[in-house]
Amino acid sequence: MLKDQDRIFTNLYGIHDWKLAGAKSRGIWDNTKTLIEMGQDGIIDAMKESGLRGRGGAGFPTGLKWSFMPKESDGRPSYLVVNADESEPGTCKDREIMRFDPHRLLEGCLVAGFAMRAIAAYIYIRGEFVQEAINLEIAIQEAYDDGLIGKNASGSGYDFDIYLHRGAGAYICGEETALIESLEGNKGQPRLKPPFPANVGVWGCPSTVNNVESIAVAPEILRRGEGWFSGLGRPNNTGTKLFCISGHVNKPCNVEEEMGIPLKELIEKHAGGVRGGWDNLLAIIPGGSSVPMLPKETCDTMLMDFDSLRDAQSGLGTAAVIVMDKSTDVIRAIERLSHFYKHESCGQCTPCREGTGWMWRVMQRLVSGDAEIEEIDMLINVSKRIEGHTICALGDAAAWPIQGLVRHFRPVIEERIKSRKAARAA
Amino acid sequence: MSQVIETGKAFEFTAENVEKAQKFIARYPEGRQQSAVMPLLDLAQRQNENWLSKETLEYVGNFLNVPYMRVLEVATFYTMYNLKPVGKYFLQLCRTTPCWLRGSDDLEAVCKNKLGITNGETTEDGMFSLLEVECLGACVNAPVVQINDDFYEDLNAENFEAVLDKLASGEVPPKGPQIDRINSAPEGGPATLLEKTGDA
Amino acid sequence: MPTLTVDGVEVTVDPGTTVLQACEEAGAEIPRFCYHERLSIAGNCRMCLVEMEKAPKLIASCAMPAGDGMVIHTNSQKVKEGREGAMEFLLINHPLDCPICDQGGECDLQDQSMAYGSGNSRYDELKRSVAEKNMGPLIKTTMTRCIHCTRCVRFATEVAGVEELGAINRGENMEIATYLEQALDSELSGNIIDLCPVGALTSKPYAFTARPWELSKTESVDVLDAVGANIRIDSRGKEVMRFLPRLNEDVNEEWLSDRSRFSYDGLKAQRLDTPYVRKDGQLQPASWGEAFDTIAAKLDGLEGGKIGALAGDLACAESMTALKDLMDLLESPNIDCRQDGAALTTESRSGYLFNTSIAGIDEADALLIVGSNPRHEAALINARIRKRWKRGNFPIALIGEQVDLTYGYDYLGAGPATLKEVAEGKHSFAETLKKAERPMIIVGQGALSRNDGAAVLALAKKIADEYGLVSDDWNGFNVLHTAAARVAGLDLGLVPGEGSRSATEMLDGSLEVLFLLGADEIDTSKLTNSFVIYQGSHGDAGASAADVILPGAAYTEKDATWVNTEGRVQLGRRAVFPPGDAREDWTILRALSEKLEKTLPYNTIRELREKMVEVAPHFADIDQVTAADWTPFGTEGTIEDAPFANPITDYYLTNPISRSSRIMAECSATFSKVKGEGTGTNG
Repeated sequence: MLKDQDRIFTNLYGIHDWKLAGAKSRGIWDNTKTLIEMGQDGIIDAMKESGLRGRGGAGFPTGLKWSFMPKESDGRPSYLVVNADESEPGTCKDREIMRFDPHRLLEGCLVAGFAMRAIAAYIYIRGEFVQEAINLEIAIQEAYDDGLIGKNASGSGYDFDIYLHRGAGAYICGEETALIESLEGNKGQPRLKPPFPANVGVWGCPSTVNNVESIAVAPEILRRGEGWFSGLGRPNNTGTKLFCISGHVNKPCNVEEEMGIPLKELIEKHAGGVRGGWDNLLAIIPGGSSVPMLPKETCDTMLMDFDSLRDAQSGLGTAAVIVMDKSTDVIRAIERLSHFYKHESCGQCTPCREGTGWMWRVMQRLVSGDAEIEEIDMLINVSKRIEGHTICALGDAAAWPIQGLVRHFRPVIEERIKSRKAARAA
Repeated sequence: MSQVIETGKAFEFTAENVEKAQKFIARYPEGRQQSAVMPLLDLAQRQNENWLSKETLEYVGNFLNVPYMRVLEVATFYTMYNLKPVGKYFLQLCRTTPCWLRGSDDLEAVCKNKLGITNGETTEDGMFSLLEVECLGACVNAPVVQINDDFYEDLNAENFEAVLDKLASGEVPPKGPQIDRINSAPEGGPATLLEKTGDA
Repeated sequence: MPTLTVDGVEVTVDPGTTVLQACEEAGAEIPRFCYHERLSIAGNCRMCLVEMEKAPKLIASCAMPAGDGMVIHTNSQKVKEGREGAMEFLLINHPLDCPICDQGGECDLQDQSMAYGSGNSRYDELKRSVAEKNMGPLIKTTMTRCIHCTRCVRFATEVAGVEELGAINRGENMEIATYLEQALDSELSGNIIDLCPVGALTSKPYAFTARPWELSKTESVDVLDAVGANIRIDSRGKEVMRFLPRLNEDVNEEWLSDRSRFSYDGLKAQRLDTPYVRKDGQLQPASWGEAFDTIAAKLDGLEGGKIGALAGDLACAESMTALKDLMDLLESPNIDCRQDGAALTTESRSGYLFNTSIAGIDEADALLIVGSNPRHEAALINARIRKRWKRGNFPIALIGEQVDLTYGYDYLGAGPATLKEVAEGKHSFAETLKKAERPMIIVGQGALSRNDGAAVLALAKKIADEYGLVSDDWNGFNVLHTAAARVAGLDLGLVPGEGSRSATEMLDGSLEVLFLLGADEIDTSKLTNSFVIYQGSHGDAGASAADVILPGAAYTEKDATWVNTEGRVQLGRRAVFPPGDAREDWTILRALSEKLEKTLPYNTIRELREKMVEVAPHFADIDQVTAADWTPFGTEGTIEDAPFANPITDYYLTNPISRSSRIMAECSATFSKVKGEGTGTNG
């Protein structure tokens, strides 16, 4: 188990003062100027060395992403955009950072923003997080008042602003280009890439969109040294990570743990174990709703990191662990997710707009059993026609849970159809 | 058939909200005032009993010099803009898998049995509206209902009824977990972060 | 220049080319719905997916810039499956109502479904239905058929410049609509019918009247403004069923304005289909012989100076030539093609042309508009100006009525005084014009059809000369005409000679005989003592003042030549025959001349056209613009205080055909701010 002194988010549960004074007592804003004195290249190199991979789900190396930003301006300013649109079902970690450790995020904004030569950060927070937005606003004001951000931020000689932008209810705005559209006051419809945001982002300017957690851990990595962070976890899967454990466990919770922690250990040590014991486990969605589920036998030995889960045809995603015990109607569990994706499809591109609704309607019939066995294969075929054919990854995300369900629970679906037929015949 | 309701009553921001609106606009680069459409719609909704009428949409469009159609697109795209009146307490019940696994169906039943409303409906006395929503992002405190701005967490039929009773009687119960629990720490108290600050 | 391989064929393309365009250059056909070369790239239909080696997924070829070394496959199994998938998704919620859909036979979805679809359906759920949306009198909606390509939204926003159309809601509930279902208020709205790849947006007036395969298609030109948009006349039997734009990059690209597209029902109403002679104060049907005899009797022995002729806005070059020649034979110097009294002369052709050319607007870098509302006077030219403006670095200023032009401009002032300030360098925009490399000025009829029109024209010329609007390879001086007949009329010399009467003077009632060739935008109140001969197609202002009516052909009913505001000579072609006893116009004049024993020296249209070329050689250069030399014109004079007034008060009712159109009447009632004005053109 990760030692407390290796935990970054020391106010994860909101036990301590989240405001500036409390934040400073936890080491935040401690001579931030020295971090900036590392220089842009120094910071980016350290981030690369730390092995930090994006905490928003895709796991793209954070330092590398920062390095894509232009080193010299062509007249356009650069922006850091923080993706705080946390909406992936199962995920509720950024919320804790924003309401209980907002200064950690703000300090991260300054350091990251400086590293990518941004003039300002825009934090795009999902609209439902009203309290979190209020706390962030207060923290931003505190930071301005204390000279930590704004002109000559933290005495570094660098001018840097931080602004908050509240969303209004759209999962798709967690997709970076949809988020940019939304920030510009439009519908959150993903843009075509190329051009990538680092070339043409918000308001046509170079922009980098990073997850809250990725930004918030940066100052601590730089302070403690990249070696500390890369020494945790496994190669290519380094550091600590916030895990959200929900569903059928005895004590659902958020916890910061070492990357690569065994799934079983994570659940048993931190979440009080599966309801009714480990053997009562049916399946786990290990990384938020978009990743395919794992059946119990895979869960027994699974390590929680990017590469291990990828090898198991799933993914670490946002490290949101959704646990389902044997009482679960697993078809309905996935039907609910299919409804989620139908509801959240932006409607822009054909396969997602039409396909998510189609899949959900078939899923509904699979729940009741009012279907033909052949429709299972048809459903998979439809999901494959969505996957990889859309503008953004929402199409893939809608397809994968269903593919995971059929991969591991096909007999359950078939049985449901057969018994429904038998019931009707009788 | 338009989904926008015209009230016939003119709308304009209060002086305080005009100031707030100006501050929102100032957050974005010059000439990019369209970025403020979302915060201004939210501001208008808050001033207008939690919903947006035709007059409020057009007021925001005029305020920002953004075509009405673009305002309407935004107002119909995002789920948090209410285009029809809602009750005093706007219940947004999360029904996505993590909440469903922990009993959101029971909460739906409470709304039906106790308040007599289903998805999209408002009680006759105008006190409660129910909207089933997708993941609210508080999954380790499932099931969750957002009531106006606040999250009520770790609900079950019993404590949800208690919350509703209190609201009906004019009392606002404390938000957050409705069981003995500190935020998203495990029930019974944190097992980590036991050192005072955890600083290195 | 990137070189890429498409299906084994190597192509080198210009930088900035998309993969889709590169594929086409390599001869590979790429299906698409949302992509349109004149609109921004949406990439939403996913029909144009192709395989790019080394890419993990299929790529949307419409959106991907062609890169050096790319290896593209457009016919691999993966691509075929991708297309079949996109096709299937588009069709699952598309109704199976092709038999009652007006798009049938010219539907992209139908065609591509045949080529790329699977042929059967696996969709067992209920199909979505979407409520119809009101978009006004021109656009019929069947939104259940919509495939959400957003071409219409992009057109309205980008080309037409009206942000009234959008996509509301999201996901499968996304719907295309105008703001609160108001009518789409744009002069270019009909183009979204052409752009819609399915039957969601169809023509309301044309609804259920014809199938494309039963229509005869005639390539012609539009004459309801002076742009000369290229059109296709779709007719069945003796009826024009609809107009569609025809591609001409130099003129209308592929657009058509609403008045030109939808006035066709006016061709069937208020028609003059037999000669009339006024007897006992009443116009009564007559035979051609009777009508000619009446005219001959009136003209018998009359001296030329007592006779005059006016050519209207829709007159073709052939009939104007014949009219001019007949007047010469009658020894009358009183002839005018400027029924609005515009102070334009024939001394220099460059003094009355849109010299920059329409396509030339793309290259301009500053623009001054004087006394014109191009949005109403030449909607397609306005769209060009907007297109150029959208690219940026194109300062525009306006002197005249302050109107919404769909693009931003500096408003300088209302009348000639401001123009004078600019000419004298007292205005900051003078500096802008001076600094520009390719500046242009557009002078509208609102600036010229006034007593001080000649002085205004001279001021405009001064600006052109002094601020470098005209150079060896650039002519930025432009007159914007509203009448399709005007340039040809000036080319052919239909202006009064020295000491003879102009249009305004001819209308004062002092002439014995006045011949109106389709002249309707005139004040006939003082003509009570003149004997008026009206030749034209519609019973409008001119006909009601006439003593003899000679029924002519509308522009769809004759082979005729037109010259647009640029000076481009274009041929209109007959799609249907004139109704009843009506005849092609030049033949009427030819027959009349014989009756008057002043026989015109041509027996065929070919001979007549040879005469036209004799008078003005550029008439031989069909479809071309012959650049006019920058030679002196204009007469300096005193300017007046009155602000410039735009000539068009109701866009939908500017000519006798449109005024006879019920569709245009409905548009006028729906859209026109100025109500109750009968005619659109004020002289």
